[in-house]
Amino acid sequence: MTTQGPYQTRIRAKLTEGLAPVSLHIEDDSRKHAHHGPRMAALATQGGDHGHAPIDDQGETHFRVDIVSAAFEGKSRVDRHRMVNALLADELRERVHALAIKARTPAEADKPGA
Amino acid sequence: MSDTPVEARIREEITSNDVVLYMKGSPMFPQCGFSAAVVQVLSHIGVKFKGVNVLEDEEIRQGIKDFSNWPTIPQLYVKGEFVGGCDIVREMAAEGELQTLLKDKGVETATAA
Repeated sequence: MTTQGPYQTRIRAKLTEGLAPVSLHIEDDSRKHAHHGPRMAALATQGGDHGHAPIDDQGETHFRVDIVSAAFEGKSRVDRHRMVNALLADELRERVHALAIKARTPAEADKPGA
Repeated sequence: MSDTPVEARIREEITSNDVVLYMKGSPMFPQCGFSAAVVQVLSHIGVKFKGVNVLEDEEIRQGIKDFSNWPTIPQLYVKGEFVGGCDIVREMAAEGELQTLLKDKGVETATAA
């Protein structure tokens, strides 16, 4: 278990406050994407990448969120993702460039095989 | 409300092609794992699509995010409508929903039964 970075802490706080999840798992996948670093830095110098996260070695750039909340009832997949993205707009703008989202209702999460 | 030039370009692209994937890299050489995953799903279903490499066009790279109010790339469009990003496309394909959507919209797929 690695320590939770400041962005992960913020993501957890915002999702907890905004969606009152019955279950919330957040994983920092940044290590798996560390090889992007040099290429992204090279791309960033070619004309810039507006609003893109800084390229450094502090991690916290790729997250995976698995969230179960009653707030998703009756919402389409796109709407659910938009709800999560909207809550994390600052984090996405400042630093996080990939956010994998699994957004289910309590009923869906209870289904066998889900 | 009239389109900005970049919105007009996007609208033209997604209405003149049945299936369009805004991605990093090209379908042959994706430059991002998430884009590669969607290419793989579409290829598996056997649907023809147009790949637009946002890394070659900074205006589109930002414009497409504003257009769909969606912060990340890849983005899949079918018949002019935004379908979703990597997670959604994968989930829909796994549930058979993507195939149904394509069929309902009259897009040909080559999936062998």
